Amino acid sequence: MRQAIARAWASDFMWSFRHSPVAIVSFIVAMVLIMAAILAPFIAPHTPFDPGSLNLMNGFSSPMQPNQFTGEVFWLGTDDQGRDVFSTILYGMRISLFVGFAAVTFAMILGVTLGLIAGYAGGWVGTLIMRVADVQLTFPGILVAMLIFGIAKGFTPIHLRDQMAIWVLIFAIGLSEWVQFARVVRGATLVEKGKEYVQAARLCGRSGTAIMVRHILPNVLGPVLVIATISLALSIIAEATLSFLGVGAPPTKPSLGTLIRIGQGYLFSGEWWILLFPAATLLTLALAVNLLGDWLRDVLNPRLR
Amino acid sequence: MNIKLMLMTTAIVAGTTGMAQAETLRWARAGDALTLDPHAQNEGPTSALAHQIMEPLLIRDMTGQIVPALATEWAPSPDDPNVWKFKLREGVTFHDGAEFDSEDVVFSFNRAMTPDSDYKELLASVKEVRADGKYGFEIVTDGPNPIMPSNLTNLFIMDKGWAEANNAVKVQDYEGGEDTHAARNANGTGPYVLVSREPDAKTVLKMNENYWGMGEFPMQVSEIIYTPIQNKATRVAALLSGQVDFIQDVPVQDLARVAGADGLQVITAPQNRVIFFGMNQGDDDLKSDDVDGANPFADVRVRQAVNMAINRDAIRTVVMRDQSIPAGVVMPPFVHGWTAELDAVPANDIDKAKSLMAEAGYGDGFSIRLDCPNDRYINDEAICQATVGMLAQIGVNVQLDAKPKAQHFPLINTLETDFYMLGWGVPTYDSEYIFNFLVHSKGEKYGSWNGTRFSNEELDASIQALASETDLEKRDNMIAEIWKVVQEEVLYIPIHHQVLNWGMSDKVGTVVDPGDAAKFKYFTMK
Repeated sequence: MRQAIARAWASDFMWSFRHSPVAIVSFIVAMVLIMAAILAPFIAPHTPFDPGSLNLMNGFSSPMQPNQFTGEVFWLGTDDQGRDVFSTILYGMRISLFVGFAAVTFAMILGVTLGLIAGYAGGWVGTLIMRVADVQLTFPGILVAMLIFGIAKGFTPIHLRDQMAIWVLIFAIGLSEWVQFARVVRGATLVEKGKEYVQAARLCGRSGTAIMVRHILPNVLGPVLVIATISLALSIIAEATLSFLGVGAPPTKPSLGTLIRIGQGYLFSGEWWILLFPAATLLTLALAVNLLGDWLRDVLNPRLR
Repeated sequence: MNIKLMLMTTAIVAGTTGMAQAETLRWARAGDALTLDPHAQNEGPTSALAHQIMEPLLIRDMTGQIVPALATEWAPSPDDPNVWKFKLREGVTFHDGAEFDSEDVVFSFNRAMTPDSDYKELLASVKEVRADGKYGFEIVTDGPNPIMPSNLTNLFIMDKGWAEANNAVKVQDYEGGEDTHAARNANGTGPYVLVSREPDAKTVLKMNENYWGMGEFPMQVSEIIYTPIQNKATRVAALLSGQVDFIQDVPVQDLARVAGADGLQVITAPQNRVIFFGMNQGDDDLKSDDVDGANPFADVRVRQAVNMAINRDAIRTVVMRDQSIPAGVVMPPFVHGWTAELDAVPANDIDKAKSLMAEAGYGDGFSIRLDCPNDRYINDEAICQATVGMLAQIGVNVQLDAKPKAQHFPLINTLETDFYMLGWGVPTYDSEYIFNFLVHSKGEKYGSWNGTRFSNEELDASIQALASETDLEKRDNMIAEIWKVVQEEVLYIPIHHQVLNWGMSDKVGTVVDPGDAAKFKYFTMK
């Protein structure tokens, strides 16, 4: 075990990580934020997603100042409904991160599968898949996500809408991002397909599915990992954008984007904390994940070594 | 001061006085008119836009007084108490040049009495309308109707010929999603002519040079550019930066900022509008709740509990920043029939509300969807969110569905919502208007905005009798009796009366219209 860790520590990958301050800092920041989101119920002083626990009279409290009616003090102030901004950021980040991870996983499974099929099978199947991808690529991702979100919302039963909203978001964002995966995987598959080990496997009589999954897939995973990291940052931002536009997370369970939308209405009246803290959190989170993704791309890209 | 600067200042001053003849007013508010068809939707911003282009027989001026518009004189007929006689204005033309006469009035009234019209409640007591010569018009009612003129202040007159030529004789079926020529175009007699319209984006109006009231009203605004801006911050930014001259709904949190800005002013007045929640109390089972085979709102104790759970003072202090008057009845204080006792704010008593819920068999609460507009009333969505929190305290788990008014209002008209927010203004200043629309059972002639499924035949008969009751004391007693039932049944959950905050550039001169309908022919421009 110790040997394994030592070997990993000495690997190229870890060497590069240890020598990149940007990677270390962004990794730590991302981890702190992710842990804070996961442990939100234990860290957060309030439960902002339970409407019954809110006291409207706490609304618009300034950070660190006792509220003029109730005397309660909130670290980062409260929003228009009396929700503690700090707790809401933690809980909101859970939504953002959960939607982000789930949407990327969904996009990755879909994109990699279709990319493998398109690259390996080729022919009219491959053409069809890639033309659909091309057409989708001509639309901005957020537009596709909004379209899917709108349609899906129409299909969900009314009383399940709040519970379903998160899953619809995941579906919508995932569907808007599978194209990147499919294109990269198809390209890599086309290259790998011609290599000798694939031909050898074929001569051994292995089925197409087995060759795709057991032989080609492990060899195209590097770029997929890079895209997944960058997609994660994009998905978090897409979720925030949708919620900012008021079509994402339900208003009683605000995510970071919803909080920014609320705060933006109070900019002129001087209640800056409702906007600033969630926006700074979103920025930090997206930046950290993006920088990690950039570093990963540099490490895994043979041409840049 | 050096001479150059002085000369420049003089030139600028001279320039601005010269321009007073051609003043553009850029006007914004949260939402757009829903349609241009004057009879399809009885809704504030819809008739506010229509008032610039079209005219009723008589209107309320900016102070609420009834003054002549297309009718110059009106009185009950001396021969028959059931007839109102109107003398129409002569020499008026529609924007396309067609002449205005009694034929157009008869046509418009008959149109407004068809089932798709949203003004049929106002004319429910009308038996017949007829022309009396070219410039005479008569309304025959079931019985004597003393308050008929106040029912007509939003009842716009269309050109019969234009409607026939453009396939617009039938009222647009707004709830059914119909689109007609009259929904996008207009030919009125009003002070402004429609130049162009993109719904929800931009509407341009220019002065009607042939307007009959040219010498009579200020008419200092020569062009109106109307752009709905739903986002509060964007709307205020547009006013602060001078992109618009007049906004009808300054967000309450930005009042001080706008009032303190150079060259801007805020004028404030109580509005003739009450905000409230409606509940489906008639159906046996609700679609949007989680209770099977029963309707929690059908039990008056649940409605009482909801009424008690809402902390109106907190909404006033935090959500409205003191810019509202908590309400105990769905009737603005302007209205005939209003009393301070009726409007007494229900006590906020969570313990009592909880025990009422338990008595009704909902001690563990239930779950329900609340439908809310997000671009109609002041802080409508925030009020609904606050309500979600307050109802959670008595175990009612509310899913909030907030959406633009164009999608929200049809839910009420077509009875697709079980719990909804609505605001009601009373242009007639009389309780009968509220009863006709909100209390009477929903039917062909009455109750089009009654989304509660409440139905009481005795009460309906009493409401219908109001129109022809000439003994005013007896009528007042009937009104009080009806209100008593409405209050006892907790038919609606009143929240508050709105306060209007109009923000505008210093050069705009006006008073606040309690009906929130800016009539630009009365505006002055410096």
